[in-house]
Amino acid sequence: MTPTLTGTKKVVTGNHAVSYGAMLARVQVISAYPITPQTQVVELLSEFCANGTLRAKFIKVESEHSAMAALIGAASTGARTFTATSAHGLALMHEMLHWAAGARLPIVMADINRAMGPPWSVWTDQNDSLSQRDTGWMQVYCESNQEVLDTVIQAYRVAEKVSMPAMLVLDAFVLSHTAEPIEIPDQSLVDEYLPPYRPLYKLDPNDPRSFGALAPPDVYMELRYKMHQAMEDALIEWARADEEFSELFGRRYGLIEPYRADDAEILLVTSGTVTSTAREVIDELRAEGRRVGLLKIRVFRPFPAQLVRAALQDTEKVAVLDRNISFGMGGIFAQEIKSALYNSTKRPPIFGFVAGLGGRDITPSVIREIIDYTESHDEPEDLIWVGVKR
Amino acid sequence: MRNFTLPAEELMGSGHLGCQGCGGALAMRYVLKAAGDNTIVVLPACCWTIIAGPFPYSSLKVPLLHTAFETAAVAASGVRAALDIQGDTETTVLAWAGDGGTFDIGLQSLSGAAERNENIIYICYDNEAYMNTGIQRSGATPFLAWTTTTPEKTPKSEPKKDIMAIMVAHRIPYAATATISYPDDLIRKVQRAKSIYGTKFLHVLAPCPPGWRAPSELAIKLSRLAVHTRVFPLYEVENGERYTLNEPKEEPALPVSEYLKLQGRFSHLTENDVEAIQEIIEKRWQRLLRMVRESS
Ligand SMILES: Cc1ncc(C[n+]2csc(CCOP(=O)(O)OP(=O)(O)O)c2C)c(N)n1
Ligand code: SF4
Ligand SMILES: [Mg+2]
Repeated sequence: MTPTLTGTKKVVTGNHAVSYGAMLARVQVISAYPITPQTQVVELLSEFCANGTLRAKFIKVESEHSAMAALIGAASTGARTFTATSAHGLALMHEMLHWAAGARLPIVMADINRAMGPPWSVWTDQNDSLSQRDTGWMQVYCESNQEVLDTVIQAYRVAEKVSMPAMLVLDAFVLSHTAEPIEIPDQSLVDEYLPPYRPLYKLDPNDPRSFGALAPPDVYMELRYKMHQAMEDALIEWARADEEFSELFGRRYGLIEPYRADDAEILLVTSGTVTSTAREVIDELRAEGRRVGLLKIRVFRPFPAQLVRAALQDTEKVAVLDRNISFGMGGIFAQEIKSALYNSTKRPPIFGFVAGLGGRDITPSVIREIIDYTESHDEPEDLIWVGVKR
Repeated sequence: MRNFTLPAEELMGSGHLGCQGCGGALAMRYVLKAAGDNTIVVLPACCWTIIAGPFPYSSLKVPLLHTAFETAAVAASGVRAALDIQGDTETTVLAWAGDGGTFDIGLQSLSGAAERNENIIYICYDNEAYMNTGIQRSGATPFLAWTTTTPEKTPKSEPKKDIMAIMVAHRIPYAATATISYPDDLIRKVQRAKSIYGTKFLHVLAPCPPGWRAPSELAIKLSRLAVHTRVFPLYEVENGERYTLNEPKEEPALPVSEYLKLQGRFSHLTENDVEAIQEIIEKRWQRLLRMVRESS
């Protein structure tokens, strides 16, 4: 592949949209390990490094755990860093995910959502990324290839502002291997939007400091408090980053996105690519005169609880579509939404649906079934399995 | 006795948290003297996590990155990459890990870094067990030694892993053994490592009085005896091929019992046990001599 001019339209897969995003963000150190369905992300980045399109060091490590450890070393030394992985790779990184966040390093990573084994699966669901919910990584779920590319760039803006790492998440195959026409933004505009990374502190023999030393109980908790505050700040920074992005590039995504939600009696909550399918179904149902709408959750960590509350509290019923499962409890987005609404005075009933695990298609008829079920039942249910063969 | 002046520069403070007679603490002091102040230290979990001091203190006057137990070599690779891409190819990146972090849990990432020939110096200070967590056996624990997970009734049943052979098999440009009772040799080897591009590996025997069940004033003596009994010969290997023997030069060697009898971790040994240990040492010594002969 030859280097491509930026500021043009191109037909690219979700994986390559990630690579273009990283290239435009001028990442300096990349470290990654191959896993289906992430491989194309790093293949194209290898090309970019090899042909000089991107001036970066690519450390071809022997595991994902090492990939994240290498980036922790590099980011601590002041470099802008990037990696991508999926499922078992992300799980293997777990210890270092905590480390990256605790060290307050603005590492950006793409996770191509893939179901966890056993049994082996390469297809999409969200259990891999959601299992990392409490590591301190920001998580942003993407719906389209354009959003993927744009989110890589936005993620660096926010991550470097609040000194927390960020993970953008895209569905295996449905996005990763599906080509869509997208705009590759002009490099000079991206440079204007995203100045070079200048950390407050870094490993520097001229200013010797120790990073990550033992913290006794009298300071540890304050450091955790600061991480949480940084996440709170990140809610504002995502909104700001999105706003400024739209001024330069003409596109914005929001932290959440309501779709035909005004006056809706039922609101369906989705994340990731299934949102696109749901938009179609909502249009059809609206055409049939049914008062249904959609709420897409894009930024999952930090969780935009206030926005979600405001968006959902006036509807009559909420249906949450989870492509994940917390065994022994239910869908994870449903839990988050319930907890966001619990302290609100207005609490619509919430129906939790689990569908599409291990890459099973979530078709328009599945979404219709979910809406029909919610419409025809008065008592909310925590966990409704959709399409499972019993 | 040769004349030897220790470099005056002190990059380690006296207010560290090592035990009295800690070989690992002394090793760091010597190594930093040789490495100089333009050095970044990468430190995984080990006794040195504690020795370096808690937040907000540091016993080192060079930058220090604490990292997870199994990641010394790869976190150092990341530091190296970030320096290089920012135009700094001069600063020395020094990964400093214990034997557990090297022989066992960190071996995968060390092997990866060595295979990529990362431009770093990797130093394993070997106190022959997991000391930080309370003297559990590691792959570096010697044959028949007591540790808290190899109690006297079932002492360690396997000989010490040959980490040098593993590193040499990676064909890295420089691998060497050293110990604290030969500071001139240790310092020369660090300086040598500094002058070479690629992955440099130093295996430094670092007596641990509490872990070896020996009085703290014997740390240096034990380190010397380890060399004189051929338990821990000092040698260098260039490019995986050229072996040079530094110490011991004396013939014949002291019997291993001279080394073992000073350490409580070997106090349960029978005469037969000591013989078995002597046999292993002799075998390894002969192999080393063969390698030296073959490469000269
Ligand atoms: C993944 C992981 N497992 C276990 C530990 C606990 N741990 C910390 S230090 C250590 C032993 C270190 O042994 P070694 O590398 O030989 O260094 P020493 O303490 O002997 O100097 C262990 C087991 C850890 N920090 N991380
Ligand atoms: S336990 Fe051993 S290695 Fe650890 S600080 Fe004490 S003497 Fe040093
Ligand atoms: Mg040890």
